[in-house]
Amino acid sequence: MRVTVIDYKAGNLTSVLKALSHLGAEPEVTDSDAALIASAERIVLPGVGHFNATKRLDDTGLTPAISAAIANGTPFLGICVGMQWLFSGSTEAPEQSGLTAFSEQCTRFPEGTEKVPHVGWNSLEVEPTSRLLRGVANSAFVYFTHSYKAPVTEDTAAVTTYIEPFAAAVERGNVFGTQFHPEKSGDTGLKILKNFLDLPR
Amino acid sequence: MITKRIIACLDVHNGRVVKGVQFVDIIDAGDPAELAARHAREGADEIVLLDITATHEGRATLLDTVRRAANELFVPFCVGGGIRSAQDAEQVFNSGADKVSVNSAAIANPSLIDAIGSSFGAQAVVVAIDARRDPEAADPVREAQVLVQGGRKITGRRVVEWAREAESRGAGEILLTSMDADGTRAGFDCELTAAVSESVSIPVIASGGAGTVEHFADVFSRGKADAALAASIFHFGVSSARSLKQDLSKFGVSVRLPC
Repeated sequence: MRVTVIDYKAGNLTSVLKALSHLGAEPEVTDSDAALIASAERIVLPGVGHFNATKRLDDTGLTPAISAAIANGTPFLGICVGMQWLFSGSTEAPEQSGLTAFSEQCTRFPEGTEKVPHVGWNSLEVEPTSRLLRGVANSAFVYFTHSYKAPVTEDTAAVTTYIEPFAAAVERGNVFGTQFHPEKSGDTGLKILKNFLDLPR
Repeated sequence: MITKRIIACLDVHNGRVVKGVQFVDIIDAGDPAELAARHAREGADEIVLLDITATHEGRATLLDTVRRAANELFVPFCVGGGIRSAQDAEQVFNSGADKVSVNSAAIANPSLIDAIGSSFGAQAVVVAIDARRDPEAADPVREAQVLVQGGRKITGRRVVEWAREAESRGAGEILLTSMDADGTRAGFDCELTAAVSESVSIPVIASGGAGTVEHFADVFSRGKADAALAASIFHFGVSSARSLKQDLSKFGVSVRLPC
C-alpha cells in the first residue's frame, strides 16, 4: 500500500518511513505536492519540534489539500505535533492555526513538581471501541516526548496521565492522531501503525 | 505512570562493539546491529551507540553501522561520538538515529546545541557531560567539574551551570557520567545526579558506577535520575534489561513491564 508521508521540515522522517516499510507499506514523501495528497491511499503527518513548524503546511498549500483528502475519506494519521495540528491550535504558537478537525486547543503541561517535557515510556488507558488501538492491551506502554498536549474529549481514543490526564490518541471517522511515537514504541507501536494501514478506506 | 528508562549502551570502535574497563584491555563483543536488536528484544527502553573511533575514515563506517542498527530498531536510538557540526548530526539522523549525543564539541562550541536543536527539535539533542567532583571546592558536588577527552582534560566549566546552559540552548536531555564512579561498580554518584536533576527541567540519564540492581534503585530514588545507562552491568551477571527491570519493580521502581 502506498502511504503518503508529509515532510514539513520538522525533524527527521527516517524512523516513520522505516516502520511503515517494515510493515510492508510503500511510503512516499512530499513537502509540497498537492496532487500526491489528493491521490493518496493513506496520509501520515509526522513531526517533532515546535507547533510553529506547521506554518509550512499553509505556505506550501498543503493545508487545503489535506482538508480535501480528509473530506474525501482518505485515512489520515498525525503523530506528535502532527496530531496537535488536528486541533484548532496550540498555545505554543498562538498565531498559527491548526486544521481544526477537533475544536479544542493544545496547551502546555502545568509547571510544578514534575519535569516538562514529558519524556519516556508511559501507559495507555485504551478506549475499547478504538479502531486505531484495536488489540492493544490496556496499560500498554508507548514512547512520548512533548511539552504540549491535547485535552481529553469524546474523540479521545486513549488517555495517558502525566501531571494530569491528556489525550494520548484521538480518532473520529477517518482522522487519527497519536501524541506518542508509534514508530518508536516497540511492538505496541507497530501494532498501532498496522491497524492504521489495515483500516478500510 | 511514567516509567524509569533502562538504556543499553554500546561502545563501538571501527564498526564493532567493544568492551573493556576505561578503554583498556578492549575486547570484541560483537556486531552493533545484532547487539542493538538483542538489547531491544530483551527489554531495553532505548539504545545508545557511542562511537569511540577517532579517525576520519571511521565516520563512513559509523554511518553504515547506524544504518544497519537502526534498520530493525523500533525503540528510541541515540548516537554519539565525533559529532562536531549540525551537518554531522544530519548525516547521523538520515542514517536512522532519533537523537544525537554531543560532548566535547558542545563544550568547544556551545552554539552547536542551538544549531542541532533548532533544525531537529530539542528531543533530538542529548548533551553528554563527563563530571568529576571538585574536592577543593566549598561544595564538591554542586561545583563538580566538566571534563573532556575521556576524562583527561579539565574544562573549567562547572557541571550544574553547564547543564543549565545546555538546557537553555535547547538540549532535550542530559547524559551525566560520573568519572569518579565510572568503572568502580560501587554505585552511581547519586548526590551529583540529584544536584543536576534538580537544577534542570529536562530528563537526566545517570551513567557510571552501576554494579548491582540496588545501585539502579538508588539512583532513581536518591539520585532523582529519569533514566540510567546500563553498559557494563550486562557483562557482569545481569542477563538482560528485562531481568534488571523485573528486579527493579520489586524495589518499587516504576518500569516498562512487560517488555
